[in-house]
Amino acid sequence: MKIHEYQAKELFKKYKVPTLENGVATTVQGIEEHAARLGYPVAVKAQIHAGGRGKGGGVKIAKTAEEVTAAAEAILGMTLVTKQTGPEGRLVKTVLVEQGVAIKKELYLSIIPDRATATITIVASQDGGMDIEDVAEKTPERIIKVPISTITGIQGYHLRRVMFGLELEKPVMKEFGAVLKNLYNLFVDYDCSMVEINPLVITAEDKIIALDAKVDIDSNALFRHPDVVAMHDPNEDDPIEAEAAKFNLNYINLDGNVGNMVNGAGLAMATMDIIKQAGAEPANFLDVGGGANAEMVENGFRLILSDDKVKGILINIFGGILRCDILAQGVVQAAKKVALSVPVVVRMEGTNVEEGRRILSESGLKLINAKDLSDAAKKVAEIVA
Amino acid sequence: MSILVNSATRVLVQGITGKEGQFHTRQCAEYGTKVVAGVTPGKGGQAMDDIPVFNTVQDARNQTGANASMILVPPPFAADAILEAVDAGIELIVCITEGVPVMDMLKVKNYLATKTCRLIGPNCPGIITPGECKIGIMPGAIHTPGGPVGVVSRSGTLTYEVVHQLTAVGLGQTTCVGIGGDPVNGTGFIDCLSAFNDDPATEAVVMVGEIGGSAEEEASAWIKANMKKPVVGFIAGLTAPPGRRMGHAGAIVSGGQGTAAAKIEAMQQAGLYVCEDLGSLGRLCKEAFS
Repeated sequence: MKIHEYQAKELFKKYKVPTLENGVATTVQGIEEHAARLGYPVAVKAQIHAGGRGKGGGVKIAKTAEEVTAAAEAILGMTLVTKQTGPEGRLVKTVLVEQGVAIKKELYLSIIPDRATATITIVASQDGGMDIEDVAEKTPERIIKVPISTITGIQGYHLRRVMFGLELEKPVMKEFGAVLKNLYNLFVDYDCSMVEINPLVITAEDKIIALDAKVDIDSNALFRHPDVVAMHDPNEDDPIEAEAAKFNLNYINLDGNVGNMVNGAGLAMATMDIIKQAGAEPANFLDVGGGANAEMVENGFRLILSDDKVKGILINIFGGILRCDILAQGVVQAAKKVALSVPVVVRMEGTNVEEGRRILSESGLKLINAKDLSDAAKKVAEIVA
Repeated sequence: MSILVNSATRVLVQGITGKEGQFHTRQCAEYGTKVVAGVTPGKGGQAMDDIPVFNTVQDARNQTGANASMILVPPPFAADAILEAVDAGIELIVCITEGVPVMDMLKVKNYLATKTCRLIGPNCPGIITPGECKIGIMPGAIHTPGGPVGVVSRSGTLTYEVVHQLTAVGLGQTTCVGIGGDPVNGTGFIDCLSAFNDDPATEAVVMVGEIGGSAEEEASAWIKANMKKPVVGFIAGLTAPPGRRMGHAGAIVSGGQGTAAAKIEAMQQAGLYVCEDLGSLGRLCKEAFS
């Protein structure tokens, strides 16, 4: 789960990771009041769940009250398009106003779990403020990675490896070490899947400040973080994906016109691939779960049909423990209830498949039977061509 | 022959009295698996069907000689259940549970590194040696006993699809292992490939991967250096958009890493038979393995 920068900074505050004085507002007047309180210059920053806000015009520095008003009016209510939002962009409803600061040096700092080594890894670089993926590609030697075993937790030598690697000057080391340790504790305590500060700055007075803050939290761990659940911002949700989540379905909206519904995530991905190989484009990823039932199939139909782009649907169900005849009944019931408006190709395989196919073909519905996966993809691609 | 489980494996089920636990325990027992015990704290002394239930894994193991465990408990309790099985001396632990926090698995994985037991999963369909032992939620009927093909996969239903196609072209299976779709899991591809390499009954292997991480790349390098048997590889997720989790927690392309294209290239360079079209996997195996 993603949270906003201002929410991440609240967590930083709790863990004594220094940030600048700031205020959050949803109106121009609110922004002006925060700026007047903080003193000029201030940064006015759009709060959306996507990186690249600065380049998209969502972050402005204002040196006077007039400039604050202009920045507030420009950013609030804008549709901010960044490389991470996609072309449709995101509506800005909340703004963070933050004090200015004199910067001596910009660093990059992040903490991520490393799946291959089962460690928690600190990633740091002297090239703060830049796109870290560019740094990794062009000058990989300027990135320091320090893996930490969850059995030992963070030790002094981990901190030293990062600090000497960053070639920090002596006066800032003590504070930097404390900040990094606190950040690691935040990462572990809050089940983070990423904490990133870009840039982490050393000020003219040798203070450490997190100028930005990005915190992603493991959705599987939300049961133990009710305070994070309360940070959820529905403004950031894709409406169809949010609807899917209510029904416990895994839906991701894509650009194509072949709706598809599959049981199991791996098979769903492979089905999208085979649609593409047949010359069409998938409109979505939809996993109704390994143990799909009639109700889930019905909800899946509704979700797919709520996308206007969809010109044909492919259902690919591997009936395992849940038998094909039961699934076929579910498909028929669901199709009748939701009044299908586009052709549906059904590929069904597994336990009791003959009976399942019979139920489908005798249903009187516009369901097209496919004999195997390749046949199904070919048929649905012909329909939407 | 087979790997990891066979007709002598004695299975206990953690979470046996829950809805899922009861259902899948019965499915496994009906398939012929020796389910000798169940564990549900507070229900010790009861029975599920004729299977005795214990309060702790240690009690269950001491009294029944169970050497493998199937875990079907909700995600908040999964790491606790795995660690309990580890400390009770269970040799093979299969965790089916989906949704275990990564932080919990980091702890478990680091602890397991100091032990000799083996974990399969979490977020996996389990393991089956057809005709002998099924520890998991896969449909037993689609499998064909006797080999000669071993299957290892990160997915659930996609594995069923693969097994179904193998069976349809007349290729039986020695053992099928679902290693799970989470970013941090127990047994990996290489562990299974190595076991299949040493198993005389396994003559060929199908490896099913998906986007995210670098396990397929590492497995490909291992195959090139060590594998004596032909391997067919398949990767799901060619069309997956970057930055989005495709159902499985581990299935994500981030920062240009973990793409299907990179994995396919690694498999080709390692000399695997790469299946690019799932619909033709069975036919490809038939050709490659004959």
